[in-house]
Parts: sequence; structure tokens; C-alpha cells
Amino acid sequence: MKAFNPDRRRLLQAVGASATLAGAALLPAPGFAAAARPRRLGRVVVVGAGFGGATAAKYLRKWSGGAIEVVLIERNREFVSCPTSNEVLSGNREYESIVHSYDGLRKHWGIKVVHASVTAIDAERRRVRTDSAGEFAYDRLIVSPGIDFNFGAIAGYDDKAQESILHAWKAGPQTLALRKQLVDLADGGTYLLSIPKAPYRCPPGPYERASQIAHYFKTQKPRSKIIVLDANDQIISKGKLFSAVWQSDYKDIIEYRPGWNVTEVDAANRTVTSEIGDRERGDVLNLVPPQAAGRIARDAGLVNANDRWCAIDWITLESTAASHIHVLGDATLSAPLMPKSGHMANQHGKAAAAAIVEILSGRTPQPTLMANTCYSLVDDRRAIHVDSVHRYDPEKKAPIVVAGSGGVSSAPSVEEGLFTRAWARNIWSDVLN
Amino acid sequence: MKTFFALAGLLGCAGALAAEPPPAAPFPYFVANCFNCHGTEGNTKSAIPAIAGRERAYLEATLKAFKDGSKQATIMHQLAKGYTDEEIAVLADYFSRQR
Repeated sequence: MKAFNPDRRRLLQAVGASATLAGAALLPAPGFAAAARPRRLGRVVVVGAGFGGATAAKYLRKWSGGAIEVVLIERNREFVSCPTSNEVLSGNREYESIVHSYDGLRKHWGIKVVHASVTAIDAERRRVRTDSAGEFAYDRLIVSPGIDFNFGAIAGYDDKAQESILHAWKAGPQTLALRKQLVDLADGGTYLLSIPKAPYRCPPGPYERASQIAHYFKTQKPRSKIIVLDANDQIISKGKLFSAVWQSDYKDIIEYRPGWNVTEVDAANRTVTSEIGDRERGDVLNLVPPQAAGRIARDAGLVNANDRWCAIDWITLESTAASHIHVLGDATLSAPLMPKSGHMANQHGKAAAAAIVEILSGRTPQPTLMANTCYSLVDDRRAIHVDSVHRYDPEKKAPIVVAGSGGVSSAPSVEEGLFTRAWARNIWSDVLN
Repeated sequence: MKTFFALAGLLGCAGALAAEPPPAAPFPYFVANCFNCHGTEGNTKSAIPAIAGRERAYLEATLKAFKDGSKQATIMHQLAKGYTDEEIAVLADYFSRQR
């Protein structure tokens, strides 16, 4: 009781109206508070170790004081960050800098990281089957599968066409392959980027990509052009900021066509066609198809919104289609104005971890606040941001942007460029270490 | 004043011991919103400032100044508006106790 100091007492009185906050102020130093008295609260299996799943795994261990056993199943051997991967395309960042190890989750947090593909989820028996690592039983399951592409939405975008026409919308080998296509492109060639109708992963991402590649052309291939075909009616994130940069810095490079929905591609002739029959040609085609929740979510019967996304309870992030299964990140049916971003997936991971720790501890989970910050680099030094804070609304049963909170940059700045790189390092560490 | 509060604390404790042990306090999970940019538990060495171990009163005053617009920022004037004064007090208390 020595620790019960006057400052804390005052704080308690100040926040007396809220039991949760008052309780918070009473806590001793955070961390492994329960480690001295080890107990077992159960086992959680996490499918998918991206920004959402890896964060959930870490924070389940951290906030349960090690009392929850965590198995993290991920098919890729390494974490490759989509955020900042557009910089690799422009040559402003080394690919190696966006690739990270899962060893920190093993060593620092005692998470069992299993590299395998999940082949089936048995919600009745609460078991997960993998292709190469056997089966795992769970008390709670977290599915954080990211997105899969609907190539079928673009006629002609078949397996063969996909060999040369890239999306590069999942960072990894395609990031390097698209970079190579851009390097190989002759000065004077045309790069064509198509953007699907929202919602898709990373709303400002395509506009950042166009900016990054425009910067590369401006400095290395000044006669080259960019055509952006956007199925949306306008730039859907940081619109005024991107427009201003394109006007001032890339006026003769970027040609932006809103309301241009690519529905067909002729790979041999490098030509795309819109739903109303418009045609456009490029030397490097970069087509980002429409997206939906990752395949395993669909196979497990968790896709129950518009035949694309997973609807969830926004307090626990538990699926509305299956009990004891929580869904995170880009695969979810997004709450109003909530972007499909890595930052947001990290917040989902923490919210799910908090809810599961409370549930397995025999308490009732409470809604938590979530926040988003997305930076976009507009050249090799300057960046812009969009941010928001989301508070659970009991009537709407969803996190809603707090009135007056959030916003965008007033203008691109070098300071925000430095923040962007700091943000990337810090969130990678928050997810993986 | 200090003695009074210490006594009050002891009395509260004694009362609790006499009855059932108090339920474990829920953790203020929303503090982790800050970790994304400022590092886990507020620890970072980067362009984004560390907030772990900063003086509680400073953190509280700064967040409130961001919130009411009296202090300029790149981002924090927008994010601080998402939190109540009570939540800001919890954040300031929490990060002041991190190392």
C-alpha cells in the first residue's frame, strides 16, 4: 500500500466517475504483473502474422503476464511490410529494410511461431488444421488473413497475365519485380496504375505509389509518364494534398483519370479497357484488383458482409458468424471511416488481445479506443498524413470517429518525412519485438 | 495532507482485506494506442519523441494544450482531441511511470 501515493489518490478522485479508469490508476507498474503467480488461462491460436495477427500474439502474452499460451501460424518465413514498400519502387528505400524476422516474438514473448498454411478451421471442435505442422486446439482463435485479390473482376488477368502484370499490393517478391520493371523501362515509357473501387487495402497507398514513381521518373527518366486510372470518382484519401503535389511537382508526369474502372486487360498488347469501353495502353501495367477477406476466412465461413468482408463485434472483434473466433485487420467489414491500414490492424490486434485477456480472466471486456495514423511519402524527403480517433458508440455498436478529432497535414513537410520513417521503425518494433 | 491520504489508503486497504479481495483492476488498454508511433510503452529513439518517463504533469499539460489548440503540433493537436481530460490524465500517469 506504500505505492498508494497522494498523486494517484488525486487522480482517482479526478476520474472517479469511471470504474475502469480508476482501476487503471491503481495498477502497479505494468508488464508481467502476473508472472510471479503463474497460472494458465488457456490457449489462443492466431492465423496470420501481419500487422494485426502478430500484434495480437504479442499483446496476448504481454497483457496476460504469460498466462495465455499463443500459437502464431504464418506461411511466410519473414514479415514484409507493405507500409513504406512504395519507397522501394522509387528506389528511395532498400528492400531489405522492409523485411523483418519473427524471432523477436519467439525470444521475447515465448510465442510458438509455426510456419505453415492453415487448411481448415473446425469451429465445433475448436481446432485448426495446417498443411505441414499438424493440428492445434484453441480456446480462442484469431483470424487475421489480410486480403485476397479478385482477379476475375478484370477479364484477361489470368495466371499467365499475372506473370508479367503485377499488383505489388502485397509487399514481397512482387515489390522487387515491379521495381525491376520500372528500372528496365526506357526513358519515355509509360507506367499505368489502376485503382479499384473502395474499400481496398491502404486507401492513400495508390496515390503515394504514383507520387513515388513520379519522383523516380522526374529524377531518372524525365520523359516517362504515369497514367493513373482510378475506379473511384476522386482521390479518396488526402485528396487535396496529393492533387497539390501532383500539380506543383509532377504536372507533366502524372495524368489522373477518375471514374476509370478497369474491367479487361489485353496482356499481349499491354492495353486495358474500362467498363464503358475506353482503352488505354502502358509499357508497365500495374493493376491492383478489387479485394476481399483472405481465403481462409471465406473457407471458415467468416465472410458474411457483401460476400467480401467479415462482420465483427466491435468490442471483442469476435466474428458475428462464429463464436470463439475473432477477426482482425483488412479482412473485417470496416467501421465507418476506419481505413484498412497496417496501423489500424495493429490497433485491432491490441483490442482483440485485451478482450480475450479479459474474457479468459473471467471478466467482461470493455470497448477500447482506437486511433489511426497513415503517412504517405510524396517524394524522397517529404510526407503528409491522415489521422483519426475512433470511440465505440453503444447505439451504433461500432467505433465512430470522435467529433473534432483527426485531420490531415496542412502541407507536405520534411518533418513528416522523418516522422514517417520513425513511425515505420517504431510500429515494426511494436508488432514484432 | 500526505499523512491523511496515506491513512485513507490504509483504511481502504484494511476494509478490503476484511471482506473479499478486490477484483483485479482492469488495465487501461487504450494507452497502447500511443505505442504505434512512440514505441512500445512509450520508448523510442527516433524523430518521434519518447514519452516514457516524462513528468506526469508535463505530459498532461501538453496533451491538454494540444487538445485545446493552444500548442501547435504536426499531428498531436488532431489526435489529442479524441481523448477526454480523464483519459489524458490516465495517459500522463501511465507514461510517467514507464522507464
